Amino acid sequence: MKLNAKSPEGVLAEKWDKHKFNIKLVNPANKRKYDIIVVGTGLAGASAAASLAELGYNVKSFCFQDSPRRAHSIAAQGGINAAKNYQNDGDSVFRLFYDTIKGGDYRSREANVYRLSQVSVNIIDQCVAQGVPFAREYGGLLDNRSFGGAQVSRTFYAKGQTGQQLLLGAYQALSRQVANGKVKLYPRTEMLELVIKEGKARGIVVRNLITGEIESHSAHAVLLCSGGYGNVFYLSTNAMGSNATASWRAHRKGAFFANPCFTQIHPTCIPVSGSYQSKLTLMSESLRNDGRVWVPKKIEDAEAIRQGKKTPEDIKEEERDYYLERRYPSFGNLVPRDVASRNAKYVCDEGRGVGKTGLAVYLDFRDAILREGRKVVESQLIEYNGSVKEYEKAKGKPYDELIYVEGKKIIEAKYGNLFDMYQRITDDNPYETPMMIYPAVHYTMGGLWVDYNLMTSVEGLYALGEANFSDHGANRLGASALMQGLADGYFVIPYTIGDYLAKIGHADKLDTADEAFKEAETEVKARIEKLLAIKGEKSVDDFHRELGKIMWEYCGMSRNAEGLKYAKGKIQELRKEFWSNVKVTGENDELNQTLEKALRVADFMELGELMIDDALDREESCGGHFREEFQTEEGEALRNDEDYAYVSAWAYKGENQPHELHKEQLTFENVKLTQRSYK
Amino acid sequence: MNLTLKIWRQKNNKEKGKMVTYKVQDISDDMSFLEMMDVLNEELLKKGEEPVAFDHDCREGICGMCSMYINGHPHGPERTTTCQLHMRSFKDGDTITIEPWRAKGFPVVKDLVVDRSAFDRIIQAGGFVSVNTGVSVDANEIPIAKDVASEAMDAATCIGCGACVAACKNASAMLFVSAKISHLGLLPQGKTEKNRRVQRMIAQMDAEEFGACTNTGACAAECPKSISLVNIARMNREYFAAKVASEA
Repeated sequence: MKLNAKSPEGVLAEKWDKHKFNIKLVNPANKRKYDIIVVGTGLAGASAAASLAELGYNVKSFCFQDSPRRAHSIAAQGGINAAKNYQNDGDSVFRLFYDTIKGGDYRSREANVYRLSQVSVNIIDQCVAQGVPFAREYGGLLDNRSFGGAQVSRTFYAKGQTGQQLLLGAYQALSRQVANGKVKLYPRTEMLELVIKEGKARGIVVRNLITGEIESHSAHAVLLCSGGYGNVFYLSTNAMGSNATASWRAHRKGAFFANPCFTQIHPTCIPVSGSYQSKLTLMSESLRNDGRVWVPKKIEDAEAIRQGKKTPEDIKEEERDYYLERRYPSFGNLVPRDVASRNAKYVCDEGRGVGKTGLAVYLDFRDAILREGRKVVESQLIEYNGSVKEYEKAKGKPYDELIYVEGKKIIEAKYGNLFDMYQRITDDNPYETPMMIYPAVHYTMGGLWVDYNLMTSVEGLYALGEANFSDHGANRLGASALMQGLADGYFVIPYTIGDYLAKIGHADKLDTADEAFKEAETEVKARIEKLLAIKGEKSVDDFHRELGKIMWEYCGMSRNAEGLKYAKGKIQELRKEFWSNVKVTGENDELNQTLEKALRVADFMELGELMIDDALDREESCGGHFREEFQTEEGEALRNDEDYAYVSAWAYKGENQPHELHKEQLTFENVKLTQRSYK
Repeated sequence: MNLTLKIWRQKNNKEKGKMVTYKVQDISDDMSFLEMMDVLNEELLKKGEEPVAFDHDCREGICGMCSMYINGHPHGPERTTTCQLHMRSFKDGDTITIEPWRAKGFPVVKDLVVDRSAFDRIIQAGGFVSVNTGVSVDANEIPIAKDVASEAMDAATCIGCGACVAACKNASAMLFVSAKISHLGLLPQGKTEKNRRVQRMIAQMDAEEFGACTNTGACAAECPKSISLVNIARMNREYFAAKVASEA
């Protein structure tokens, strides 16, 4: 099958406007005759559901959490990018587009990324109008900060809780439509099957997580906004409940899965502390604006630190290796995530890692505290005619201490909540001793294949936000996930869905009594009964942990053919064991959290295998996908544009059958493909 | 450390519940409270007993899903969410009592899981700015003083966990409701419909059978996000103003 991305013809900057004009519209009076299902209530799902309901469609909104407000978008800390150029520092729609394409290592679609950059500015307007309390300057205008992979300040933020505030904005818009009667909410409800008839998505089968009831819902179109699959790795920064089941079930019914091996390892997470660990916590990338990353130059020093014989303060300035600043002088600590993560792995592999496990590097705020403190103190000194003595006398503290105290205040105002969180988890005070960080799985660039309209390879089935693959290529830049989720939900799908709905007409809807629904319900019930009947020895978490270990070891920060092949075998064994030895207690007809997990982990195992197939197929290194066989002499990712400038889109061919690879060739008309350099 | 846990077990909202005692061993200081619960659940599962159901998701203190009433305090002894509570706050040999949120507005679903959909319905009653997608005003055309924006932000930090209700002897939801009223009422975008908002949200709050506020301040003292009592004062003021305006 030839994949048609449906990228509009013409000049890049005009494609979206032209496309909006060319696609079909649904008459306002007819919109109320269409039903739309939205799975997931994160930024993409909530914004889509709210916007579609405002247009007049009838929306059913599903989430597994107890309230739509709890979707994991809420945990995003740092910010959201937009090409507003409020800082007058040379930003533009084209620069954001270029940064995103380059940051993604030239593995994303030009037309999609350009549209994303275009609508980024509308998102900020929209969110402010909803009452999102973004950070402001004294003049009352919006403040910005810098993020990795960019040399302009274009990131809007609300303290370290940007995701929370954006999600609450979308949730409130959604709530308004619930009150208007245009959205019906289904919390604590999980999608377990997609229903297709005559090639079109017709609805979904869900499980009510309180009663265990299996129910069918029919609609003219189904939107999957169910997030990414980072939890394949067991330990990740995702929420405990984040899962791939909605996407994977759709994939098994015909939706192609694109670039599954493109996963993002975030460089600044709190390191693992023990085997009981259930999740990893991110420390916002914004910290790299002020924190300096380092490890000791000498292995002996690192060893002494690991054994508790030395502290970071014992390591003199000249004995510290600020390796990112050394290797990448122009971007320094603000290199993109994949580069920062890989370098942390290198120094730890060399034996220079710190912390009890040796799997950590320092993120040090000492210099930022002193720098900011000096600024404040010097400005205050003027009031004392520049006399340090008088100043010290008036303040009652020595000069150096005043610098520290004032600097600490500034850093606290910027990152206070993150520092508190760090201290709560590790019991270390980052104002006094450097933070320790290590990379962790954070985001998945891969996802369901979609065309320019965000439609998957199944008609009437759409994927939005992290659930699709489209905009971030092989690596996502910081503060771009929130942007994409909201772009898809607020500003893309409300237009593009009309094209499909107008074509099929409102009469084209399936009754839930139809055999297609009944078959899907039977399948779901059989799967649940099978799991409950195994009554084996090992817990679901045991299997999940093992899967995660295999994936992290062989399909994590760096990969090679031998390891990948080995891992594939291991996963197949694990899967077999799961289906004969997993222990799921309780019944279906009750709140059964073990059963919920078992259903999700079963799907993760299949997806893990596909990630390995994809990583094996892609014999190049690009972005988050680093194949050890393909690197430059300096150890940077070595792309192969000749052979691999394509999106891999995998088709499901049946239980235990190999997947079939389809390729969407990427063409670049507006950017020149270069070796990505942040030196 | 070794601990004794007394946990509320209740099969569903129809059957009666009871406290059940469990023991856990070799708990590390660095574990989070929920990781300690994971250890207990793994053990129960391996013995063929049913694990304790509890709500949790992000485990980084922001989604608001976790909700345990520990030793008489919502989210336990520290001023944080249950998921951010660590075992170093306890010591070897401790007995820990764990209950669900207790409030008429939050019926128990199972074990430690409660139904907080009342909060969603309160937001649906008016906790929003009535603006459709696609406004064309540039974001910087609405300047907002830094201190006003940051006060609104402080109120907007509420994670909707319901600890305020659980802490209150009257099971009042005033802190939660007033945080949203403040967030939106302080900002120019939300001012236009503030009279309608406050009246509708309070009416819904009453309809959900949350109790009245008697200003004891337990809610603010226990709030993991330090939402201030000032919000309740502001809501009361807005409410009276709205009532006067609607009767004038």
